[in-house]
Amino acid sequence: MNSISKQTTLKMSFLKALKALKNFLPIIIGMLLLINLINLFANSYYSKLFTNNPILDPLIGALAGSLSFGIPITSYIVGGELLKEGISLIAITAFIMTWTTVGVAMLPLETKFLGKKFAIVRNILNFIFAIIISILVISTLTFLHNG
Amino acid sequence: MDKIKNHNKISGSVKFLIIVLIIYSATALLNFSITEKAFLNFLQMFIKIVPILTIIFATMILVNLYFTKDRIRKYLGAKSGIKGWLYAIISGILFSGPPYVFFPLLGELKKGGMKNSLLAVFLYNRNVKIPFLPVTIYYFGLSFTVVLSLYIVIFSILNGKIIGWLVKDEF
Repeated sequence: MNSISKQTTLKMSFLKALKALKNFLPIIIGMLLLINLINLFANSYYSKLFTNNPILDPLIGALAGSLSFGIPITSYIVGGELLKEGISLIAITAFIMTWTTVGVAMLPLETKFLGKKFAIVRNILNFIFAIIISILVISTLTFLHNG
Repeated sequence: MDKIKNHNKISGSVKFLIIVLIIYSATALLNFSITEKAFLNFLQMFIKIVPILTIIFATMILVNLYFTKDRIRKYLGAKSGIKGWLYAIISGILFSGPPYVFFPLLGELKKGGMKNSLLAVFLYNRNVKIPFLPVTIYYFGLSFTVVLSLYIVIFSILNGKIIGWLVKDEF
């Protein structure tokens, strides 16, 4: 490839990436703005959601995590604080898992780029997996500590 | 004339941003301090993702430059085999940043021929977060962190298999 055609290819690649950036940046900014507004009302209600019911709490945790949004490290910090308040580890694991794997708030963005069916199936599947994983993690830890 | 019309046309993503800004303005009129706090939180979050967005932008240029459709199909497409799954798992673990910043890049790779199953595997493995391991260990202990990470990798494969089966690839 000669230097002129290399330059043209580089310019075209740059312009294509710039077009994609122009397309997704307003959505990301809009989503982040909206979510930060909603989070201000939602964050103080986390601990009030749980019931200490061993069957209901993982489901509540998974639902709360699915609807929450923020950088992943926040889920560990919120989860750690909930643990201190006496919420079960199984519920918190489900909460952390769905926080990072299920993105109800980001569903429009995922749909736009990866397709509607892919986004819906992936999020439903991740919700179910979060509950299964939380049960398996706690069962494995119990087995390891007792064994 | 058509060119002028296209130029003046506001894209759906910009329309969405304008609607959000109208909601913010309305909330600010009702309660300025809450809106201000939400905006400052947004700024903090956005500043954190700017370096990741820059990397994503640079990666998109590289993908456009070097990852031709043939190459994407070879390494991440229908005939990528076990290697494709390994690439998706390892890159999912190594790439850090919130999942939504990866959607545009993954969208490009999907157009180029990346399998849905591998997209799902990549996204699921992003939950094994190496930089956050000290925080997880601090709050939940080492054994919890190790067991959870192992289950995430195992379930990512199951996730990819089911998505590959339910959502057919378009190529």
